[in-house]
Amino acid sequence: MALVLSPDETMIAETAGGLFARHAPVSAFRALRDSEDPLAWDRDLLRLLAESGLIAPNVPESGGGLGLGVIAAGVIAEQSGHVLAAVPLLASAMAGSLIAGAASEEQKARLIPAVVSGESVIALALDEAPRHWPDHLECVAEKHGGEWRLSGSKTAVIEGFGADGWLVSARAGSAIAVFLVSKDAAGLEVERFAAVDSRNYARLRLKGTPGERLGQADASAAIAATLDLGRALLAAELLGISDEALSRTVAYLKERKQFGRLIGSFQALQHRAARLYGRLEIARGTVIAALRAIDEQAADATWLASLAKSVTTRLARELLAEAVQMHGGIGVTDAYDIGFFVKRGQCAGDLLGDDHFHTERLARDHWQL
Amino acid sequence: MPESDSDLDSFRAEVRTWLEENCPPGARNVLQSADNSFWGGRNPEYPNADRKLWFERMAARGWTVPTWPKEYGGGGLAPAQARVLAEEMDRIKATSPLQSLGIMMLGPALLKFATEAQKREQITKIARGEIRWAQGYSEPGAGSDLASLSTRAEDMGDHFLVNGQKVWTTYGHKCDMIFTLVRTNPDAPKQQGISFLLIDMASPGVEARPIRQLSGNTNFSETFFTDVRVPKANLIGELNRGWDVAKYLLTFERTTMGGSGSGRSDESLEAAALRLLGRDGLAREPRLRQDLAEVLTDSWALRIANRRLMDQVNAKRAPPFTPSVLKVFATELELRRTRALMALGGFDHLDAAGSPAYKWLDAPTNCIAGGSNEIQLNILSKRALELPEV
Repeated sequence: MALVLSPDETMIAETAGGLFARHAPVSAFRALRDSEDPLAWDRDLLRLLAESGLIAPNVPESGGGLGLGVIAAGVIAEQSGHVLAAVPLLASAMAGSLIAGAASEEQKARLIPAVVSGESVIALALDEAPRHWPDHLECVAEKHGGEWRLSGSKTAVIEGFGADGWLVSARAGSAIAVFLVSKDAAGLEVERFAAVDSRNYARLRLKGTPGERLGQADASAAIAATLDLGRALLAAELLGISDEALSRTVAYLKERKQFGRLIGSFQALQHRAARLYGRLEIARGTVIAALRAIDEQAADATWLASLAKSVTTRLARELLAEAVQMHGGIGVTDAYDIGFFVKRGQCAGDLLGDDHFHTERLARDHWQL
Repeated sequence: MPESDSDLDSFRAEVRTWLEENCPPGARNVLQSADNSFWGGRNPEYPNADRKLWFERMAARGWTVPTWPKEYGGGGLAPAQARVLAEEMDRIKATSPLQSLGIMMLGPALLKFATEAQKREQITKIARGEIRWAQGYSEPGAGSDLASLSTRAEDMGDHFLVNGQKVWTTYGHKCDMIFTLVRTNPDAPKQQGISFLLIDMASPGVEARPIRQLSGNTNFSETFFTDVRVPKANLIGELNRGWDVAKYLLTFERTTMGGSGSGRSDESLEAAALRLLGRDGLAREPRLRQDLAEVLTDSWALRIANRRLMDQVNAKRAPPFTPSVLKVFATELELRRTRALMALGGFDHLDAAGSPAYKWLDAPTNCIAGGSNEIQLNILSKRALELPEV
């Protein structure tokens, strides 16, 4: 597995980067935020990306997707980080993966085309605790007549407000299963969660809410694989966010003058910037290694996904704090864009497990604690 | 050159068979350290008889330097084939047949800058391990500011006359020859008056005095040159253009140092943690465990970064500044790793004669050598980020 992009993969990155630059610059995100649109994502952008095959390109051809690999979804996520594109990329990629991994053939044929075409947004409702503890699962599904009904509550539902459906994990007897809950289901409360990054999140309350079970088998493995996919994609996005924040900071060091000289000529600042550049280079390898390993269904895919998420989360947190500090006063104003990267970086770092979670997970797995 | 997958597969099969037959047991499963390595030279010291056999067999195939051209004693392998060889050696835990500053640093510079006659003479000897090479760059007054060096080489018509002092000469007291930076034009701006000169350490007037480090090891020497006569044929590249050779060579030094610290050359930290503390100990000390986990995380990331650099080199897309990045990251990580090992062993590892203590005490060396990490950060600031000069 080569840790460099192929020409085809580079082309996907360039296509996505070009689309984002034209249709979703950071100013578009700012305008969207200021509009207070509760959906908080750009409908036109979703359609445009879907037309270019950039929504959930990871879904295998056997599942009705484009089969471009997780690497494709990863390079798109990285590009989205550069502009903070507000569009349900992550929910769609994860939904595509979970449906392909857990659903019946009939369900795949019905659901996947709607996801990859951007026609439906389906979000994953897995977490129940404020911190990401994937084994904490209290939501239950019980069969009433021929119908499954779900009870419990979900939080941290990424891109889940105003979605067309949710994939909800629940205990079904001794199995863990995933249920598709549609937006007009009875006994469903969807609450919008206004996070610091002004993106779209929801919390769900389910009170005997009907759901359609995906497939028949236990879905634990499919959920775990989808979580690893999501972690690798967030790591890729964090790479894009960090890269962009560093470029903007370095550009600022080259234009801001104090004491009669450019502040970028001060060695104290140069070395801090150089260290961040180095760590970004190191982090890049972990992300591409994780994306490749998932594509190749390698035995170490889980381990690499945790490694990438842990490394990029720690890097982004420290790099973004430095970015603000080196911008000085304007770094803490809302008028300046650097703060948007700080906010998104915090959220992307936290979702699906931060560095504390993943470092601990690596340690436990490694020493079988 | 075989490039297709099937050619590579058959090459792999051939290599595997050859290694199985030719790598003796005493050359396998060797924990690699400077003391455990075979360094070649005029008075070779083989760690054991198997290592001698192993070295001779590998040198006969040119596999001490797999990618160097055959006409200079190399293996003539394509990068992909060299990778296969490395993987197959790794598979049977075969030790490196020959460690050498000639291989890591001088050889690549000679391939680029030397004349045909110099290449035939010197590169062949490096490949066969006949000469143990030292590096003569730093001086007492020229550390980070290397270009301010003052060791002089005067043109005496048929030879150079060298006077001055070098310091931090790696194993200078054990080496046969030294590649040096010498001032050949004291009137030119500092980088433009320097030449790259090879000096035989057996020449009259050369003296190497070992330096004792914090650990008690003596990996370096001070090297003194008093009226040393050096043949003109030992000048590499053009007169007064030695700085170009020096910079090129330093990239290889950084790459080598960037490859260290990823835990390959030693018992892994995770294995040491289990051996010394066990699962109970790790569970009892969550704070220590977290520290270890962070070091481990970074060492895995570094290993991947080195693999990525190899892939980038093979794809001819290697970013020029990655060696500086890896040098800083790897050497600082090695410092953290050796500190973590100190913590793991508690009182036992405070033993002055123990390997954990001297590895910890030696670890700062590489943060300083090869262009101190601050110099690497300067390079990254100025060249990679193009931040302004004062």
